[in-house]
Amino acid sequence: MATIETSTKPSTVSTTRVKKTRVHEESLLPNSGKGGGGFWLYLIPGFVLLTVIVVIPLIWNIYLSFTSYRGIKPPKFIGLDNWVELMGDAKFWTSFGNSIAMIVAMVIVPTLLGLVLAAMLFDLVGKKFGGRVASFLRATYYLPQILPVAIAAVVIGWILRPDNGALNDVLSAVGLGGLQHNWLGSPDTALLSIMFVMVWVQLGYPVVIFMAALQRVDPELYEAAELDGANWFQRFRSITVTIIRPEIFVVTLTSTIAALKVFGPIYTLTRGGPGTATIVPSYYSYSEFFQSQQVGYGATIATALTIVTIVVAVFFIKVQNRAERAESGR
Amino acid sequence: MATIDSIGRTTKFVPRKKKSKRTVADWLLLTGAIVVGLAIAVPFYLILINSFKSPSDYASGGPLQWPAALNFDGIINFWNRVAFPQKLWNSFFISGLVAIFAVVISVLNAYAIGIGRVRGRTWIVVLFLLANVLPQEALLYPLYFMFKQVGLYDNVWSVIIIFTVIQSAFGTYLLSSVYGTFPKEILEAAALDGASRWTILWRVIVPISRPTLAVIVIFFFIWTWNEFLIPLTFLVSNANQTVPVAIAVLQGDRLMDVTTTSASALLGLIPTLVFFLIFQRTLTRGITAGAVK
Repeated sequence: MATIETSTKPSTVSTTRVKKTRVHEESLLPNSGKGGGGFWLYLIPGFVLLTVIVVIPLIWNIYLSFTSYRGIKPPKFIGLDNWVELMGDAKFWTSFGNSIAMIVAMVIVPTLLGLVLAAMLFDLVGKKFGGRVASFLRATYYLPQILPVAIAAVVIGWILRPDNGALNDVLSAVGLGGLQHNWLGSPDTALLSIMFVMVWVQLGYPVVIFMAALQRVDPELYEAAELDGANWFQRFRSITVTIIRPEIFVVTLTSTIAALKVFGPIYTLTRGGPGTATIVPSYYSYSEFFQSQQVGYGATIATALTIVTIVVAVFFIKVQNRAERAESGR
Repeated sequence: MATIDSIGRTTKFVPRKKKSKRTVADWLLLTGAIVVGLAIAVPFYLILINSFKSPSDYASGGPLQWPAALNFDGIINFWNRVAFPQKLWNSFFISGLVAIFAVVISVLNAYAIGIGRVRGRTWIVVLFLLANVLPQEALLYPLYFMFKQVGLYDNVWSVIIIFTVIQSAFGTYLLSSVYGTFPKEILEAAALDGASRWTILWRVIVPISRPTLAVIVIFFFIWTWNEFLIPLTFLVSNANQTVPVAIAVLQGDRLMDVTTTSASALLGLIPTLVFFLIFQRTLTRGITAGAVK
C-alpha cells in the first residue's frame, strides 16, 4: 500500500490535513544541489521518541496480553488463555456496556443538544438579541470543558455527596426529602451520576464547534427555503445539518474516542463501584495492572480497548470519506 | 451582522428589518438557552460560595445560602494539607516544559513532512495521529516498567518525556498541514539567498508561523495540565504530584469535611479558569480551527 505513495495519487485519508490539491511530490523548497534525502534528518528526533515511548510499549503490551505476568517474575507465555478468559469475563462485558453509556453521555446527548443549542444561539439569539448575548451564553456552556476532567468530577461529586450534599439538601428543603439518595454509592444511580458529569463536561464542545461551522451557512439559502414554505425544523434538518456535516463527523469521532477512554471521573468518584456498576475498560485494566497485579490480563483489556478504539476511528473515517465522495460526485 | 438588528432599529434601509421583531416564542427560546446556561454555571457557583463557609455555617444554612461570614478555614486547610504551591509548581513545570519540547519536535517533523514532503508522508502522519488516538492504558505498563528500569519512576521527567511525545504527535499532524500550504515564493527567495535548510527553518518558517505555534503551545500546556492517568501512575509521592492528581486522590478521605472538599474543587478549578480568561481569544480560535478542515 505504501508504494502507491510514490505515484501522484492524492492522500486517501481525508481527515489528515495534508493538502490534497497539491499532487506533486517535490518539496516546497527548491533543491540546493544536495539531493532530496536531507529532510529525513529532521524526522529523526521525533521518530526516535515515538518509537521508544509509543511503538515499543504498544507492541510490548500486546505481547504481555499473551502472557501470565504478575509484575515480579518474568512474563510466562500462555498463548490465548487471557483472551479466552476475557471473552467469558462478565466484568469485562459490563465495562464495555458502561462505555456505551459513556458514548450516550459524551457523544449522543451533547451532539444532539449541541446542534439545537448552536442553531438557537446562532439563528435566534445572535440575530435577535445581539451577538454578545450569544457569545456570553456560548462561553458559559463551554466553561466545564476547560477543567481537568478529574476536577470536574470533584465538583459534581461534591454536589452529589450522600450525607450533606447540595442536591440532597435542596431536595429535602423543597419537600422532596423522599428522593434523597446516595447518588454515587448506589448501583441504580451511580452510572447515571457519572453520565451526568460527562454531559455537563462535554456539552460546550459541540456548541462551540457547530457555531463556528454555522458561519458557513449562506443566509440566502435560508431565506429561499423560507419563501418555499419550509418551517424552522425543515430548514434546520436539510440546510444546517447538511452544511455542517463535516464538523458533526469530527465532533462525534473525537468524542467517541474520548468516551472509550474515560478514566479520571471513575477513579475520582467511584473506582468502578459499587460492585461493577461504573467500571469502564480503562479503569478495569488500570486496577488489574496496579491493584490485582494481573499484568497480563490488564494488558489484554488494554489491547482490546485499543483495538476497539482503532476500529471506531477507521470506521468513522471510512464513512466520512464515502460521504465526501458522494458529495463531490454529485 | 448580529449587531445590525440589535435594539430593533427602525431604519427602512436595514434589509433584515423584519427579523428584529422579537416574538413571544423568541423570548421563550432565549429563556430556554439561559436556563441551560444557568444549569451549567450552578455547580461553579455552589463550589464558590461553599468554599468560604465553616462546616457549621454549612450545616445550619445549607448549600444555597450565602456564607454567614467569610471563612477561609477550608481553603487554608486544603492549601496546607497538599502543599498547594508545590503542586502548582509541579504542574507548571511539567506543562511548560512539555509545551516547549513538544512544539520543537512538532516543528521538526512538520518541516520534513509539510515542506520537505518526504516520501510516504501520508502514512507518517497517520502513524503520528495513531499515537495520539491510542488509549494510554495500552502503553501504561511497559512505560511504567521502562521508567522504573532507568530510575525515572516517580520523577516529573517521566511525565515530561511521555507527554512531549504524545502532544507532539498531535502537533505534527496539525502543523504538517499548515506547513503544506506555506507560500513557496518565500522559501524560494530564501534558498536563492543561499540560506541552508536549517537556517530557513529557524529564520524564515518559525518566525512566520509564530502565531500558529503560540496557539499550539497554549493548547499543549493546558492539555498537559489537565492530564490524569499518566501523572497518577508515575508520580506517586506527594512531592511530585500535579494539581489534578493531588486533589483527586484525596476525595473521600475521612479528614475532608464538606467545606474542605468544596475548597479543594475551588483550588483545582481556579488555575484553569485563569488560563481560560488569559487565553480566551486564542483558545476559541484554536478550538474551532482544529475542527474545521
